[in-house]
Order: sequence, then structure tokens, then C-alpha cells
Amino acid sequence: MLKKRIIPCLDIRDGRTVKGIHFEQLRDAGDPVALAQLYVEQGADELVFLDITATVEKRKTLCSLVSRAARAIDIPFTVGGGISSVEDALQLIRSGADKISINSAAVLRPELITELAARLGSQCVVVAIDTRKIEGIDHVFIQGGRQATPLVTVDWARQAEAYGAGEILLTSMNKDGTGSGFDLAVTQEVSQAVSLPVIASGGAGSEEHFKTLFEATDTAAALAAGIFHFGRLSLPQLKAYLKTANIPVR
Amino acid sequence: MIAIVHYNAGNTRSVTNALERLGYEARVTDDPAQIQQAEKVILPGVGEAASAMHYLKEKGLDRLLPALDQPVLGICLGLQLMCRYSEEGDTSGMAIFNTEVKRFPPGGRVPHMGWNNLRQVSGALFAGIDPDADVYFVHSYYAACCAHTVARSDYLLPFSAALQHNNFYAVQFHPEKSAGTGAEILKNFLTL
Repeated sequence: MLKKRIIPCLDIRDGRTVKGIHFEQLRDAGDPVALAQLYVEQGADELVFLDITATVEKRKTLCSLVSRAARAIDIPFTVGGGISSVEDALQLIRSGADKISINSAAVLRPELITELAARLGSQCVVVAIDTRKIEGIDHVFIQGGRQATPLVTVDWARQAEAYGAGEILLTSMNKDGTGSGFDLAVTQEVSQAVSLPVIASGGAGSEEHFKTLFEATDTAAALAAGIFHFGRLSLPQLKAYLKTANIPVR
Repeated sequence: MIAIVHYNAGNTRSVTNALERLGYEARVTDDPAQIQQAEKVILPGVGEAASAMHYLKEKGLDRLLPALDQPVLGICLGLQLMCRYSEEGDTSGMAIFNTEVKRFPPGGRVPHMGWNNLRQVSGALFAGIDPDADVYFVHSYYAACCAHTVARSDYLLPFSAALQHNNFYAVQFHPEKSAGTGAEILKNFLTL
């Protein structure tokens, strides 16, 4: 049976992990590769590196980080943040990323999804969608969530699939950082609108939240950052809990 | 020397990295002489069947590879090209395995992406491997089960997770991305 994936996300700035993470097992908690390796050992199913600097100069730092990660890590990983051209994506894939994720650039020019899919294959192209409610209806936000768009989230997800996306990473801005659970309604709405795997993100605050997500929606995977980074929940703990709740996990 | 066949389809880097982690050096090449002389040959692949097959034909590798007598391992698209025929791009393959490659039926989420368990494993590739171990798949086409199937998996229907015929081995999943289990399977191949 296909397993539900648990995906820790690492925020990167200037080649270092952003949040003040403290793990006793790690000598250098700011090194994304060391943290990634720890997550792999603990049973992470995939990883996402999200670069929040993403200026041209910093790209080189990111590429060298990606190639170091690719040598060390033996599970798939996605790299996102500031990718706006096929050339950006190719550099990261050549450095060893398995998938790239695009967000604002795809909204501004959806043909980019098609170009990336043609060059790399759809399975490499994750379309990340930041969603937030405007008068009760989920809309797409871009530029790191700072800018609203007139796009309705579920419509955009359908379009992204038609343009050639291989996977949708859906982050609820209403839930992100709250620890109050995933946004089940929008996750299920998007999951049912597309036939691609959907990764739910934003709001994970306890092991129950993951269980509820997988019971109430068709989502293929759950992504979280803070809950793992700050040691509130460990991956082995979460996997064991989900197994006893009969959620298929690795 | 281990030859990783370059055929313009996807990422040879992750396979090279996986071999390096196991202490093996590999050469990425499309040169028939080097492939002929290699101790082991790996045909990796993420990509599209018709254009990949076209590239192999241009280099004469579509005839060289099936004639090799050292161990050969196809991965993902590599496995599919070693079959008789693929629906993807209406492509004739190298016919090492007597089976066809079809698209997953409508109604399920495609690609089949993520960790899924093996079942009914047999043969040298899976020595010491937990018989229902999870491995990482990413594919939209599958090889139907046949007499050469040495591991199955289920997604929408049962399909060949691995095939073997004489010195030819192939896996639909990505051992280079399947953590410890994948490393063990690669090691089994490398020590054949």
C-alpha cells in the first residue's frame, strides 16, 4: 500500500537553517545538511529545502548546499524559493535536487510549469500554493504571502495540473504557525479537484493533527517545520502514533 | 569500473552519489566501448520513453545493451526500456523482459509517487531484504507482471516492482532514493 508521507521542511537563509533549532544530537544545528541527515535517520519520507534569500548571488550558496545535501541524503528532496526560470531550476536539478518547487513565478507566468515539465518531467515540478481566505473563500497569495491575487485556490490548483505540475504543495496561511491543526476543508477541496498528489502544509501542532488530516482528506503527504525543529514532536514518535491509528506510514 | 549509461534522460547524479556512498566509483558514459568493458552497467532514468529510446538507438546502445553478459541494472525508465514495448510514445523497447509497459488506469492519482511496499520478492537482488520493505517510486507507467517478475508492488493494480532475466536486473523504484533498503539492494547488485 502506498504510504502517507511525512515531510519536514527546512527554511534556509545564506546556506544556513533559519530557525534557532536545538538538537542535542547535532554539533552544528545551523547546518541544513546535518539537520537533514538527522531527519533521514529518524524516518523522514522526503525533505523540502526552502530558500528564503533567493537573490542571484546567494544562488551559488544554495547550489553548493544542494550538491552537498545530494551526496549525503538517500531520500528524495525538493528545493524551492525564488525559482523563476527553467535555468534556475536546471541549476538546482543538476546540483542534485530531485524536485523543484515554484510558487509566485508560476502564478505570474503559468507557462513556466509547462516548460519545466517538458524539460525535467512533471514528476520534478511541484507547484507550491499559499492560500488564505478572503471573505471566506480561499485565494492564492504570492511573494511569500505578502500579495493577494484574484485567483481562487481550487481553480489555480486545477490550472496548475493542466499546465503540467506533478504535485501540489498547499500551505494554509490562515493555519501556518498557529499549531492549531491543518486546514482540512481547503486541503480536501484541492485534493478532490486534482488527480495529482497533494501535500498539506500549515498548522501542524500535535500528532493528532496528522491523524485527522489523513483520516479527513485524500492528501498524500503532510509537511511541517516548527513542530519538528523545536522538538515538540519527533518523527519516530509521530510514525509510531500514526501506525497505531491505522494510518499507513513507512 | 561501473558504467552508468548516459542517455539524455534525467538525473544520473543521484545514482552516482548513491554508489559513492557505498564506496564505488562510477563513470557516466554513452561510449559503447566503455560500456562493453565495464564490470557492471546501470541504466538509470527519469524521462520519457520515446526520446530516451531514440537516443539509445542513435548511439547503437539498443543493440549493445541486450548483448552484454556482465550484470546490468535498469532503474525506473531504464526498466521500462528493457521491456518489449511501452505505451509511452508508442515505443518499442529492448525486449530483454517479455512484458509490456502500460499507463496506470484512470481513476487513481498519477504519478504513483512515494513509499510503497514490495511483495513476493525473490532472487539475488533482494537477498537479506525485508520481504515487505518500503521503497520509493515515482512513475506513471508500469510493467505488467510476467515470468521475469521478481518483486511485485500494488498501486491501483499489481505490477512489476523488479524484473530479472539471466544477467539483466531491473527495478521500477529508485534504490538510490530508498534510504537503507535501497542501499542494500544496490549493494546486492554491486556484489553480484
